[in-house]
Amino acid sequence: MLKRYPLLFALLFLGYAFLYLPIFSLIIYSFNESRLVTVWGGFSTKWYGELINNGPLLDAAWLSIKIAALNASIAVVLGTLAALTLVRLRGIRGHKSLGVMVTAPLVMPEIIIGLSLLLLFVAMEDLIGWPAGRGQTTILLAHVTFSMAYVTVIVQSRLAHMDTSIEEAALDLGARPVKVFFAITLPMIAPALAAGWLLAFTLSMDDLVIASFVSGPGSTTLPMVVYSSVRLGVSPQINALATIIIAVVSTAVLIAGVTMYRKELKAQRKS
Amino acid sequence: MTQIRPASSEQPWAAPEEEPIVRIDKVTKTFGSTYAVDEISLNIHRGEFFSLLGASGCGKTTLLRMLGGFETPTSGRIYIDGQDVTDVPPYLRPINMMFQSYALFPHMNVAQNIAFGLKQERMPSALIRERVAEVMALVQIEKLATRKPHQLSGGQRQRVALARALAKQPKILLLDEPLGALDKKLREHTQFELVNIQERLGITFIIVTHDQEEAMTMSSRIALMHDGRIEQVDAPRRMYEFPATRYAASFIGSVNLFNGHVVSHENDMVLIHSEEAGSDLLVHHSQPLNPGMEVTVAIRPEKIAVRDHHGDDPNSIHGIIQEIAYLGDVSIYHVELPSGKRVQFTQSNVLALAEQPLTWGQEVALNWNAYSCGVLTQ
Repeated sequence: MLKRYPLLFALLFLGYAFLYLPIFSLIIYSFNESRLVTVWGGFSTKWYGELINNGPLLDAAWLSIKIAALNASIAVVLGTLAALTLVRLRGIRGHKSLGVMVTAPLVMPEIIIGLSLLLLFVAMEDLIGWPAGRGQTTILLAHVTFSMAYVTVIVQSRLAHMDTSIEEAALDLGARPVKVFFAITLPMIAPALAAGWLLAFTLSMDDLVIASFVSGPGSTTLPMVVYSSVRLGVSPQINALATIIIAVVSTAVLIAGVTMYRKELKAQRKS
Repeated sequence: MTQIRPASSEQPWAAPEEEPIVRIDKVTKTFGSTYAVDEISLNIHRGEFFSLLGASGCGKTTLLRMLGGFETPTSGRIYIDGQDVTDVPPYLRPINMMFQSYALFPHMNVAQNIAFGLKQERMPSALIRERVAEVMALVQIEKLATRKPHQLSGGQRQRVALARALAKQPKILLLDEPLGALDKKLREHTQFELVNIQERLGITFIIVTHDQEEAMTMSSRIALMHDGRIEQVDAPRRMYEFPATRYAASFIGSVNLFNGHVVSHENDMVLIHSEEAGSDLLVHHSQPLNPGMEVTVAIRPEKIAVRDHHGDDPNSIHGIIQEIAYLGDVSIYHVELPSGKRVQFTQSNVLALAEQPLTWGQEVALNWNAYSCGVLTQ
């Protein structure tokens, strides 16, 4: 293979290098002795030690994870409901405009979303006293607003490709609509829900612009901390933190992959 | 065309005093401004193997879906076993359906698929296991219990779908193109099996199909549908031998149609003059017809015989053989009459390697019996 298609493999290698070289350099420099990010000063794990003692950075990371997880869960529920409405209730009035409105945040510039939400939150506080000030709640609300649109699109495409006669068969066999949803529809769209959750988590995790608009004192997310510290020169602590996040994520993906592969093998051996 | 079902004397539709298991009363279904089903009334009796036959878009699937409860009639009522079910949701109807796509639950294995309906009835699990094993044995899929649908072949999926629909022992089983996705050999085999299962269980089967051969082979009665209306409801044999309309005659099997007008009608014999045929046609017909009326005479290709000379008696035509199609069991001959009209007739190939007595360009004389053809007025 390699001998027959040398150009193809060169391109493949280039593609992988383009995607993963920056991440590798980030990981390597997290073990750098030197304070300068660009100069190699020998191997050391001291930045990991400093990271553990860096309270504000860890707090920000924890806050980001909390908001991202909560955001993903809420977005999946709301996005799924929106997708169900869009796919299954085609006959109702306002169906088309709902479709446009739900997915509008996909194409709206982040700056505009952030600014308009800030104005909304301020006006709401004046009028009804909620949400009181800007903080975790407002960041969460803002994130749900746009990540829900992504979940809707993912679930919607899955639902649209699903054979509706499967649900009809369940009805036909005596299951009531609610039961059909939980026993048949939900398991069938579960992969889309999982994908939607992960995407919503990631979107929230690395959002800087919108969070900057709607956050308040005491609620600084990780991207905000990283961004502000970059202006003072990037500390290799950031590299260390990124390395840990990458390690956690790739371990999770690896475990999921292996589990699924084993399950598949087991099913094959059984039959 | 073969018929599996023995021509039994049992004809429930001939006993009008008995309450039909399905009564469709002037049911109409419109989608926007199109009439999918146009004021259909139909009675189906207990233990029937009933076919809704028609080309795609004739409304047969819509009618079946209304029986299943997946579509609501725009007007008209549907009764099952005397009970009005028009507004009853599918999960409360004593009917199960086998879907065209089989609609197996992809995340459940074969046994779980079959048990699904029984679980909804909150049947004890020991009883469920027993019933599942029973229907799996009935359709011979015992060995597949732990497989997932994506690990099955098309034929196996079809069996699982059938087992799942039978598990709840419905009063009526609806089958939407049940054999449509199978290859020819498997289809023929499965036709026999379906009929056997239906006769053993005594459940009323209502099947939708576009395949006339399938309908002829399996059904006790066929309803031929066209443009949302029913053209004819009859037993397969009557449907073939005595089609009621031109559409029915040409949809089922092949047919030669001659337009003409009635000359006289005496003693149940109609004399028809047809320019197309180039001969007077004599047809047995008991309904009264007025002289001068425009009618069509229908004659099946296999009812036409070759004879050695051309005579002047009725039902005698002659022409030149234009095409011969050798199908193995029979040969089909296309003959052009002096009027330009083309006629088909078939001959069985009784002897292997026999010298073909008929060949291209040859002039042939043909005729048929007055009792073998029919008069169509619609």
